[in-house]
Amino acid sequence: MAQPEISFEPDDRYNAFLTVCNRAPHRTGSLAGTAVAVKDNISTKGIETTCASRILKGYVPPYDAHVVDLLKQSGAAIVGKTNMDEFGMGTTTENSAFGPTLNPADTGRVPGGSSGGSAAAVAAGMVRMALGTDTGGSIRCPAAFCGIVGLKPTYGRVSRFGLIAYANSLEQIGPMANNVSDVSLLMQVIAGHDRRDTTSYDRPYRHTPSADIRGLKIGIPQEYFGAGVDKKVAETVKRAIFRLEELGATSVPCSIPSMEYALAAYYVTCTSEASSNLARFDGVRYGPAADTKKSWHDAYREVRKTNFGTEVRRRIMLGTFALSSGYYGKYYAKAQVARENVKKDFARILADVDVIAGPTMPTTAFRLGEKSDPLSMYLADILTVPVNLAGIPAISVPCGRVEGMPVGLQIMGKHFGDERIIDVAYAYEQAVA
Amino acid sequence: MVTEKDVHHIAGLADIGISAGELDTFTAQFNAILDYFDVLDRVQGDGAEARDLINVMREDVVEPSLPQEEVLRNAAAQEDGFIKAPRVM
Repeated sequence: MAQPEISFEPDDRYNAFLTVCNRAPHRTGSLAGTAVAVKDNISTKGIETTCASRILKGYVPPYDAHVVDLLKQSGAAIVGKTNMDEFGMGTTTENSAFGPTLNPADTGRVPGGSSGGSAAAVAAGMVRMALGTDTGGSIRCPAAFCGIVGLKPTYGRVSRFGLIAYANSLEQIGPMANNVSDVSLLMQVIAGHDRRDTTSYDRPYRHTPSADIRGLKIGIPQEYFGAGVDKKVAETVKRAIFRLEELGATSVPCSIPSMEYALAAYYVTCTSEASSNLARFDGVRYGPAADTKKSWHDAYREVRKTNFGTEVRRRIMLGTFALSSGYYGKYYAKAQVARENVKKDFARILADVDVIAGPTMPTTAFRLGEKSDPLSMYLADILTVPVNLAGIPAISVPCGRVEGMPVGLQIMGKHFGDERIIDVAYAYEQAVA
Repeated sequence: MVTEKDVHHIAGLADIGISAGELDTFTAQFNAILDYFDVLDRVQGDGAEARDLINVMREDVVEPSLPQEEVLRNAAAQEDGFIKAPRVM
C-alpha cells in the first residue's frame, strides 16, 4: 500500500515559506497527517535547506535532523520550509535573501524573527504547528509579534543534530503553535536524548498541561518593566500577571542586576561562535561554486562576499574581532564571566520563586524597514537573550493587544522546568479564552 | 575605536571580502557596537564556573558513511569522483 499523504497548497501571501511540499507523505502516530512547517535552518533529507541564504541556495541535505526524524516517526507531514533571518541573524525576518515575511496581523509590519516564517505560517492558519529555533529570542519574539505561542526549551532538552549551527552554546529548536496544548504536543515529539548531540540530556517530555496554578510564586523583575519598555506593553503584561494572581498565584518583585551587560555578553558570544561556525561556507562542498582557477583566499572571499548578506558578514567580522589576539580578554573572556553572572542571578531568584514573568518584547511589531541601524535592532533583544545565556526554558503566550498588535507574556522557568512554564501559560490561556 | 584599516584587516582574517565603498559604513557601525560592548568592563566576578566546565567525550565508532554520489551531489565543481577546490599555492 502506498504511503498516505496530504496535499498542501497554501495561499502564502505573507512569504512565510521558502519551499512548499505540495504533496507531503506521512506515517501513523500521535501527529498522523498533521501539517507541520520546519524552519529552513533545520536539515530535511531531500528538501532544499538554505538558512534563507544565497550561500546555501540549491543545497539538499543528504540526512534528516534528529527532530525531523522524530516528526516523521510521529506521523507528522512536513509541508514546507519557512523563511527566516539569514542563518537566524535578526529580529524581523527582513534579513532573508529571499525577501521579508509579512506579519499576518498587519502586513505593513514585520513578523519578528528570526523564526518569522514559522510564526506567520501558524498565525495565518496555514499550518497547525511549526518548528522554530531560538538563539536569543528567535522563537519567542515572532510568537509575541504574531500572536501565537512559542517555547524555547531548556538547553539540551531537544537535540540540535541537523540544525545548521549559528551559536551552538545558545540555540535550541522549539515548538510554535496557536495554543499551548499544541506546543506541548509538539514538545512531546521532539524532546529526548540523542547521542549525536553531545549537549543532549536524557529528559523526555511527557506532560499534559494543567491549569491549576494555585500556590504558584512568580518573580517580577524590575528590569523587564523599566526604561526602553513601551508603557502600554508593560501595562498589558502587568494585567496578565494580575490575572494569574486571580487564579491563585502570588507575585514578588525581584531584580536581575546582570541585565546591565547581558545583551553585550550575548552579542559577543553569538558573533564569536558564528565566526567559527560559518567558516565552513566556502562554495566547495555545497553552495554556489567557488572559482577553482583562483587562489584559495581570493576564491573564498569572492564567494562569501557575494553570497552572504550584510548582517551575516557584519556578525562574522564582529566575532572575528572579539576573538582576535589582543581583544579576546576584553570581549570574549569578559562575556563568559558576564554569562555566569546572568546564570547566578536566575538561580538566586528561582531558588525563591517558581517562575519569572515579564514582557517577551519591549514593543509590539516594528514597521517594515523601521529598524535600519544594527545596534538599535540588537537592543530589541534585551528581554529575550538572558534566558539563552542561562540555558533556562521560556515561553511566550499572547496576552492582549496594543493598538491592534499582539503582545506576548514571557514566562521563564528553572532548568528542566519546561512543564511548569507550560502549565502557567496554559492556565492563563484557559482563563482568558 | 577601530579604523577602516582595522576593519579591512578583520575582513581579511575572516575571509569575508570587503569593498572600499563598504568600509566607512562598517567602521561606523562597529564603533557604535563596540562602544556599547564597553559595558563589559564593569563585569565583576572570576568566571570560575565557566573555566571548570568539562568536555563530554565519546569514543569514535566506525559506521557506514554516505555513498560517494550522495557526498558529491551538492558540490558544484567535481572531477573524477573528487570535490574540486581552488588552488592552495
